[in-house]
Amino acid sequence: MSENMISVKGIHKYFGGVHALKGVELQIKKGEVHCLAGENGCGKSTIIKVISGVHKPDGGEIEVNGVKVDHMTPSESIKQGIQIIYQDFSVFPNLTVIENLAFNKVLASKKKFVNRKEFRRIAEEAIKKINFDVDLDALVETLPVADKQLIAISRALLDNAKLIIMDEPTTALTKKEVKRMFEIINKLKDEGVTILFVSHKLEEVFEICDTVTIFRNGENVISCPVSEMDEKKFSFHMTGRHFAEVTEGKKRNLGETVLETKQLSARGFNDVSFTLRKGEILGITGQLGSGRTELSLALFGLLRPDEGEILIEDQKVNIPNPTKAQELGIALVPEDRLTEGLFLPQSIKRNIAITRLDELSNKLGVVNSELLDDESAKWVRDIGVATKNDEFPVSTLSGGNQQKVLLARWIASNPKVLILNGPTVGVDIGAKYDIHNLLRKLASAGMGIIIESDDATEIVNTCDRVLVMQKGQITAEVKEEDLNVKTLANYV
Amino acid sequence: MKTALKTNEPAAPKTRLSFIKMDGNILRLLIIMLTIFIIASITKPSTFLSVANFLSMEKQMVEYGLMAIGVGIAMIAGGIDLSVVYIANLSAIVAGLFMQKFAVAVSGPEQIFFIVLGILLGLLTGIVCGLFNGFLIAKLRIPAMLATLGTMQLYMGIAIIVTGGSIVSGLPEPFAIIGRTNVFGIFTMSFIVYIVIVAIVAYYIGKTKYGLKLYLLGTNEKASKFAGIKNNQIIIRAYMLSGVIAASAGLLSLARINSAKADFGSSFVMLTILIAVLGGINPDGGAGKILGIFLATITVQLMSSYLNMFPEISNFYRDMIWGIALILVLIVNHVLNKKSEAKLMRLTSQ
Repeated sequence: MSENMISVKGIHKYFGGVHALKGVELQIKKGEVHCLAGENGCGKSTIIKVISGVHKPDGGEIEVNGVKVDHMTPSESIKQGIQIIYQDFSVFPNLTVIENLAFNKVLASKKKFVNRKEFRRIAEEAIKKINFDVDLDALVETLPVADKQLIAISRALLDNAKLIIMDEPTTALTKKEVKRMFEIINKLKDEGVTILFVSHKLEEVFEICDTVTIFRNGENVISCPVSEMDEKKFSFHMTGRHFAEVTEGKKRNLGETVLETKQLSARGFNDVSFTLRKGEILGITGQLGSGRTELSLALFGLLRPDEGEILIEDQKVNIPNPTKAQELGIALVPEDRLTEGLFLPQSIKRNIAITRLDELSNKLGVVNSELLDDESAKWVRDIGVATKNDEFPVSTLSGGNQQKVLLARWIASNPKVLILNGPTVGVDIGAKYDIHNLLRKLASAGMGIIIESDDATEIVNTCDRVLVMQKGQITAEVKEEDLNVKTLANYV
Repeated sequence: MKTALKTNEPAAPKTRLSFIKMDGNILRLLIIMLTIFIIASITKPSTFLSVANFLSMEKQMVEYGLMAIGVGIAMIAGGIDLSVVYIANLSAIVAGLFMQKFAVAVSGPEQIFFIVLGILLGLLTGIVCGLFNGFLIAKLRIPAMLATLGTMQLYMGIAIIVTGGSIVSGLPEPFAIIGRTNVFGIFTMSFIVYIVIVAIVAYYIGKTKYGLKLYLLGTNEKASKFAGIKNNQIIIRAYMLSGVIAASAGLLSLARINSAKADFGSSFVMLTILIAVLGGINPDGGAGKILGIFLATITVQLMSSYLNMFPEISNFYRDMIWGIALILVLIVNHVLNKKSEAKLMRLTSQ
């Protein structure tokens, strides 16, 4: 018997002309929680798909329990006890919990008739393994994301999983749910299940994992026990860049009030009063359903306030639509980049220039294409969008660069108030660093900035002051001197 | 992280990218068009390569060619306009009835004045019909397919009531002349009007602020709202544009056959969609060029005229042939899109 649950050696994978995996190695010991980290597009997902037999590698070998597997197929991989919990969870939303849990097993038993009692028994057994408390008759689509994941895990255990691969499982979870997830991971570990935990969230990796392997550009750069890793090393290996400690723009002179709300209420939040000063970065934190998203929508003219006032530079304003918001100097970088922000198949150029069309066209509304080219080139250069050409569709960019395009779009409109909802969600460390620096620079130049985020590190690193929102109300205000990850966690 | 910023040297990147900028679809259409032309010229030299054939092709294509542009604009906006044919008929009927009543009895400048007024009234009818379409789609959020299916019936119904179901004919002579005049012997007057309209619309959609917004909105309505675009305004204007272009088609048809009828050209509904899609307009919105629609119109007309030269292919086959053509075009477009995506993947990854 080998001490490695799985061992892949020298795996190559090409997609068309793209060399996605360049001879990667990955050794996972039995019973450990192994972290696979790396930025978007580094080959994490590809290697998972190779291990699970979805992609056929173009070179290299896979050993499971020390035995070489020549042709890994999805069914072979399941037979070997490898189970993957994908980001989209692969559960059937329109079926009940019982049905989701028992389906595989019943189908596998090749019985022609199904027995409801049998279903229930299997399902109960499954959730007991991880002490998961859920209404077995509920439709899965009505459950929170965290429960869907746990259902997927329970189902994996039913199939005698020996290695569970979790693909960024915590992305959509709240703090509490993450905690519960970690308890379950520890429990699984105690029972001898090996876990491959795919993540790029630093804190989580340090908290839960034994060993960490980092991929970059389809190559593995390091593999070592977590104890030998620290934050700096981690980001260096992920990005290949060293990040200087940020000092620039940390201390800023705050100007007069640029935005103020008085007892503002709308669907989703009520009685919200706060001020934002020129040059200030104000954090608003709170979980899903805290009302922070609705607040940003109301400030941008996408949600009509029921009561209260919004003041821009001490002038009471009415914001019926985003066009008006833009005229008043309010910009919003929305929460969901892909559906609310970007025109994915359209060029980077068009995506950037959209807010500047008035300035880029003549009186008759004819766009001056030279001005358009220059404008786009300028922003691509200034903000550092990594692309070979701004005629490419914005969909070809990485998450971080897409976010930069959105930032460019709104900074180009030269707003007084820039609101960002989850500015670095799904953004790699390098781009995150760039974006935070950029925001500080903008604030130093006098822009008022609101960052809505549930990423505590982000808030602490960038904001001067933080408002905590819960159930549609501001429940606390944290001043800069008290601002650190721990105090923030106490409020949320 | 590499920040390849070659974009600030003006000349280089443009040439390198010319094959992306050059719409593959336009090139493809040109090739198809020329192929059909050459085949037709070789196999049927005497009938196909005659002035009479060219004049008749011009006359036929102008009307549905214009309507296809209307459909195309609606498609770029992420919708569709099924009512163009009936907007054209209704506009022609309104203009025709007006001219019948006021312009036939008089003569000279007075007659010209009433003819022009009739034309304007026809165009206004198209604009109003389009406005109503736009209102249903933008304000009431009715899916474009259903909204225009409904108004298609509505506009036909109005036309039937107004005319009592009969043909409107007997138009003043100076107006009918438009439909008979040829320029340089090989261009019909209406074809020249058509070319002018195509050029104006292509410029408007391709080069102006409005056009750019239309493409962005067609790509992602939500994102365009978040980007501060007034979606409703853009959508309504798109359908008004479609309406007025359809009306111009109706007026040209009125001049050509010297009459108008509520249900004239029903088979064009299908044909205009075929042409728009063949012309490279993405039925999901946000992509395609007016020039593509123009080329597709010529292609379809060449095909149609060529098929006409075989007496053994009955007219009954026509609908089936266009149906098959539409499905084929959709399949080919799908395959080609997949291919160009893969190409882009290779290009953008180092």
